[in-house]
Amino acid sequence: MPGSFVPAVVSRRRYQILGIIALAALVGAELLGLSASPPDRDMGHLQKIMYVHVPAAWSAFLAFFVVFIGSVLYLWKREERYDLLAAAAAEVALVLTALTLALGSIWGRPTWGVWWTWDPRLTTTAILLVMTVGYLALRSFVDEPDRRARWSAAVGILASLNVLVVYKSVQWWRTLHQVQSSPSTVDPAYALGLRLNALAFLLVLVYFILLRYRAARLERLVEAQAEARELAQGEELHV
Amino acid sequence: MTPGSRRRLVLAGGAIVVLCGFGFLLYGGIGENLVYFLTPSELLARGERAYDTPVRLGGQVLPGSVRWDAEALDLRFRLTDGTQTLVVRSTGAPPQMFREGIGVVVEGRYREGGVFESTNLMVKHSNEYRPPAPGERPQDLYRTLLGEERS
Repeated sequence: MPGSFVPAVVSRRRYQILGIIALAALVGAELLGLSASPPDRDMGHLQKIMYVHVPAAWSAFLAFFVVFIGSVLYLWKREERYDLLAAAAAEVALVLTALTLALGSIWGRPTWGVWWTWDPRLTTTAILLVMTVGYLALRSFVDEPDRRARWSAAVGILASLNVLVVYKSVQWWRTLHQVQSSPSTVDPAYALGLRLNALAFLLVLVYFILLRYRAARLERLVEAQAEARELAQGEELHV
Repeated sequence: MTPGSRRRLVLAGGAIVVLCGFGFLLYGGIGENLVYFLTPSELLARGERAYDTPVRLGGQVLPGSVRWDAEALDLRFRLTDGTQTLVVRSTGAPPQMFREGIGVVVEGRYREGGVFESTNLMVKHSNEYRPPAPGERPQDLYRTLLGEERS
């Protein structure tokens, strides 16, 4: 019944409120980070890129975690909403991974001296990006909803497991990218801005996933209505 | 066999394959084939084969070894891994974080004269972020590097 999942699609107004809060938090956290922290000993004010590059990477990882959960739940329960949740999260994960690479590149040029190098951290992240593009391409190639959901759940699990390799790459292999920072290696003067920006990115992440999930539900609703119409026309012809 | 239990079997099989793949990544031979840079010790251990082949070399800039000719944009320093040390020659201004004691990765060739000719110098930053100590200005070390040769 197409009508049965209309109430589940939450009204747009509630999303807009969350969106405004997320945007305000992001602007506030960025301004605080930019104005309230001293230049770094080695890289001066270039350190400020940390406030966008690192939260982008963290929230990309979280988005992939949602892809993983959605994909596993779909294979287990076979309920469409889990497939749509994984798809919505994958779209956001793609944007955030691309953003992480772009910001990292902008940070790398003045500090490392290069826009790009094929070190294991950068290479595995590029693979993750390509796999996510593959996941979304697969979704648009398969028309039959059940088969699309099954196949993309498998690819979604593989792609999101790749996050573990990206995360551990700096420990497993020699890289130009440094290993993870921790509260003991980041001065409190920078940690506050980083945490607040991470929180703001988290809000943006939730907002984007909800927005794309809603769009996916509406798309399926339209698809189901079109199918029902065709079916009804077919029956009329047979009668 | 019901369709449900068969599905679970396929799922479990897939999970085992993925876990084995990760185990291989972790403990298998792939780690040794994914070497981004060599250390001076590893390069020297190659003996004759070390010469004239393109390679990445990583290590620490030996304190007190940096010679910078600002006119010719010619940079020389010693690169060390704590055991072995190699002389590196690089042209062009280094990245602004370059200083004595910092980690670097250089791309180039080791020549028979015993000098590593770098075509690309990259600075490897540590995971530490600290404001300058009282009295110290950020990037002062880089400025002294330039100032030394000019004065």
